[in-house]
Order: sequence, then structure tokens, then C-alpha cells
Amino acid sequence: MKKRKKFKTMSLFIVSTLVFLLYFFPFVLIVLNSFKDRTAIISNPLSMPEQFSFENYIEAFQTMNFMSALWNSVLVTVVSVALIITFSSMFAYFLVRWKWKINKYLFLILIASMIVPFQALMIPFVSIYGKLGLLNSPWMLMFFYLGFGLGLATFMYHGFIKNIPVELEEAAVIDGATRFQVFRKVVLPMLKPITVTIVILDVLWIWNDFLLPSLVLVSESTRTIPLSTFYFFGQYTSSFGPAMAGLILATIPVIIFFILLQKQVIRGVIDGAIK
Amino acid sequence: MYNEKKTIDKLKVFLTFGLIPVFVFSVVVLLPILTGIGMTFTTWTGFSGSLLEFVGIENYKEAFVDTRFWGSLGTTLRYVFYTLIFTNTIAFGLALLVTSGMKGQNFFRMGFFTPNLIGGIILGFIWQFIFSRVMIYFGDFLNIDILSSSWLAGPDTSFWALVIVSVWQNSGYMMLIYIAGLMGINKSLLEAADLDGASTWRQMWNIKVPLMIPSFTISLFLTLQRSFLVFDVNLSLTNGGPFRSTELIAMHIYNEAFLYQNYGSGQAKAFILFIIVAIIAVTQVGIMKKLEVES
Repeated sequence: MKKRKKFKTMSLFIVSTLVFLLYFFPFVLIVLNSFKDRTAIISNPLSMPEQFSFENYIEAFQTMNFMSALWNSVLVTVVSVALIITFSSMFAYFLVRWKWKINKYLFLILIASMIVPFQALMIPFVSIYGKLGLLNSPWMLMFFYLGFGLGLATFMYHGFIKNIPVELEEAAVIDGATRFQVFRKVVLPMLKPITVTIVILDVLWIWNDFLLPSLVLVSESTRTIPLSTFYFFGQYTSSFGPAMAGLILATIPVIIFFILLQKQVIRGVIDGAIK
Repeated sequence: MYNEKKTIDKLKVFLTFGLIPVFVFSVVVLLPILTGIGMTFTTWTGFSGSLLEFVGIENYKEAFVDTRFWGSLGTTLRYVFYTLIFTNTIAFGLALLVTSGMKGQNFFRMGFFTPNLIGGIILGFIWQFIFSRVMIYFGDFLNIDILSSSWLAGPDTSFWALVIVSVWQNSGYMMLIYIAGLMGINKSLLEAADLDGASTWRQMWNIKVPLMIPSFTISLFLTLQRSFLVFDVNLSLTNGGPFRSTELIAMHIYNEAFLYQNYGSGQAKAFILFIIVAIIAVTQVGIMKKLEVES
């Protein structure tokens, strides 16, 4: 019996390893080829690089304007997520604690809008904001992310705040705190777990988003990582080495983020999907 | 619950907590939706040279007679069907594998999840290289006919390339949802079944699967939504080619609007897409809710 169990776990382990290799071979191949020159890639894309030269990386780093793209991505992601967190938590608090009739409708409209795919409003979106001359600014992009991220975040905060007993706020109210102070000092600290979930979900969404920034950010200097990868790869279709190096460069930041915060990311993704 | 008596105080509360969110949401989300509805019934597009003139259902008619639109919708449905089945079967299998209690299962979980962290644009390019260079090399080397020319050159193989990449990308995410479901099953139920001599297979079909209906609901819903609206991988892997044959619906709408400047009918198509997605999602969630059992 024990021997059979051992055999079973062993074979499961082997199966997992094989599947894992299957999942990872694309990444491995890209890494290998990122160190090779063009002829080596074409003659045998499966071979090990003869020497580890960083030439491709240097070229990709410069042509992609990697530092500028990285900075733009960080700026857009951090500010957008901060805006979403701030305003969604306040809005959800308002919708939960004040039972005005209009709040019920506001909440309903917010939820209903969540099933509208971006494609359904993309054309009028571009026409309105293009006409107003408000495209091509990273600050407007953050404003748009606040708009598009508000629905899900408010919905999640709403579910969480609903379960916080209002009695917890009474002491502060009696002490004469204003509504905002009660929120800031009493409620906000309690929102930490749900905030982590929302931050993870929104960081992954905004960091990797391509369509919205491709419509909003026109000039080269404002490009985020997905955008600069896209244009870079487009120019380099036949020069494989730098193209591979570019893909690896574009992947590194998010992998670091994941390694540092694996537990929170996994938790956040599960919680986000279930709610 | 709070309720200010004076209107001025009510206003103050609204200004503090509600004004900015309501404003931003209205101008970023609601305004384009409403304008979009208007666009489908008029000649107005907001782009240069068009006047506001009511045209009734002209734009929808134009969308309905466009064979490319139907072709794209058909391809999308086929794509959704296969990605849905493969993603969820594989994800469920992976979840069973990494909850079996073996060594290193956390590592495997992370590994299978990794593709999800990376944007579709980058993933599509990675696979473009795999399909157009590595696979050909492999096919030549081993003399396998089906691999000897790039999969991205033929319409049929391109379609399958797209399915493979999407399944690879999404199965790790859905795996996490199934893991959460499996962990939520009451252990005593499985132990009781074990004592009664139920085989692993029977335990799976009679206990695990019925109790995991909520996980299936979530996962199917997410796969459905994601694959119906896929754009990034489509753009970077096949760019709709060859000859617009793998142009899925989201990309079709994008191209119609921004490449061919058919704004009115493009917007009508976008609304048709929205209605299809909404109907499928509501139906699916409705059916699955009926299937849920109490443990």
C-alpha cells in the first residue's frame, strides 16, 4: 500500500515536471535566442548560444527606449491604481452608509456598466476625446483608468464595507469627528485586505494593457512597455536577436513583481475572480 | 446608517465622497456608451466632415449584410468554443495535479500561472517566433510534414495557433480558481467516501465535480468573456492574417473603425457584440446557478 502510494506521487511529480517544461519551453527558447546573432538563430533556434553576448540586449534597450518606457509604465500604473483605490473606497463607503434612493441607482448603473466591453465604447471614446484634443497625455490616461477601474473596485469595496458594523464608527462620531475623518481614521485602515486584492488586480491589468494606451498615447516619448514592445518588435521582425532580447526586457519587471509578492498575487487573483 | 437632515449637509457629504467618482465615471464610461448608441442611428461620427442626420437602422443593416462581419463572428464562435473546452479541461487537470500533495506543488502552481502575468502582446510575439522559426526547424529536422511550414502562413493552422496560445495563457489562471474550489471541499466527505470504498474516479464525479459547480461557473464565465473580447494576442500573433482569416470580432471592430473608417457600422457591430456577450453570460450564469448543490 505504502509502496503504491509512493509510486503514485512519484509519477504525478514526473507528469507535473513534463507539463511544466511544456509550459516553459517558449520562455526558455526566447532567453536562449536572445543571446545569439541572426545567423545562429536561423541555422538552429534550438541550440545553446556559443557565448553569452549582451549585444542584443544593449541594442534592444536603446531602440526600445527601455528606461523611458519603464518609467512611463510605472508612473501610469502607480498613479492610476492610487486614484482608483482612493476614489472607489470613498465612493463605496458613501453608497453603503448613506441609504439615499439615488445611491441605489448609482450602484446599479455602476454594476451594469461592468459587462459593457471596452470595444463597445471605444469608437465614441476616441472620437469624443480626440475632438477635445485630450488624447496623447499620460495624465489623461490615468484619468481614463480611474473611470474604467471604478466599477469593479467600488463593487468590491461595497461588498466589504457592507460587512463592517457601523457601531465601530460610533465612538469617533461621538468624539465629533467629521464624516471624512471617520472614514479616513476608522474605516480606511480596516479595508487593507480588500485593498491588496484590488491593487494586485489593477496593477496586472494596467501594466499589461495595450488597447487603451495605444489609442491614447500617440507620441513616442509617452509609450508604456507594451506599446514600445509592440513598435519595437514591428520594426525588428527580421532581426531576431534584439527582438528576443526586447521581449525578455519587457517581461522582467512583472516577473520581479511576482517573485516579490507571489502570495499576495495568487490570493488577489483568486479573491478577485470569486467576487 | 447616516442621514444628514439639512440639505447643505447632504450636499457636503456628496461633494466629499461622491462628486469625483460620479463625474469621472459619467464622462469616461457613460458618455461614450450613450454617444455610441446615438452614433449607430445617425450619420454623426465625431470624426471630420460628418453631420448629424438620423438614419434609423441603416448602420445595423450595413453591419448585417457585411459577410466579413459574419465570417469574423463565426471564427470567433469557433475560437471561443475550443478555447473554452481546452482551457477548462486542462486547468481542472492541472488543479488536481497540484493539489495532490506532492513535493514542490507550490512551485508548479507559480509556474503554470506565470504566462498570465505577462501581457498578451508579448506572449503573442513569443509564440510568433516559436511558430515561424522553431517549429519549422523542428519539422525539417524530424521530417514532420505538418510542422515544415509556418503555422502562421495558413488560415486553418493560424486559427489553431491562436487557440493553443490562448489556452496556454489562460489555463494557469483558471487553475487557480479550480484550486480554490478543490480546497473548499469538506475533507470529511472524501474520507467518508474513502471508507465506503469509492474509487478515486467515483469520488471525483460524485463528490468533487458537483461541489465545484461554483468554480466552474466563475471559470467558464471568465474564459467566455476573455475569449470573446481577445485582442492583444490576436494582434501580435497573427494580426488577423493571413487575409483577415483569423480576424476575431474585437479586432474586426477595431480595424473597421480605425483602419477602414467605417465608424457608424463599426459601432453598430460593437453593440451587437455587446448584446451577444451579455446574453451568453446571463444565460450561462443562470444555468450554472441551477446546477449548484448544497454540500
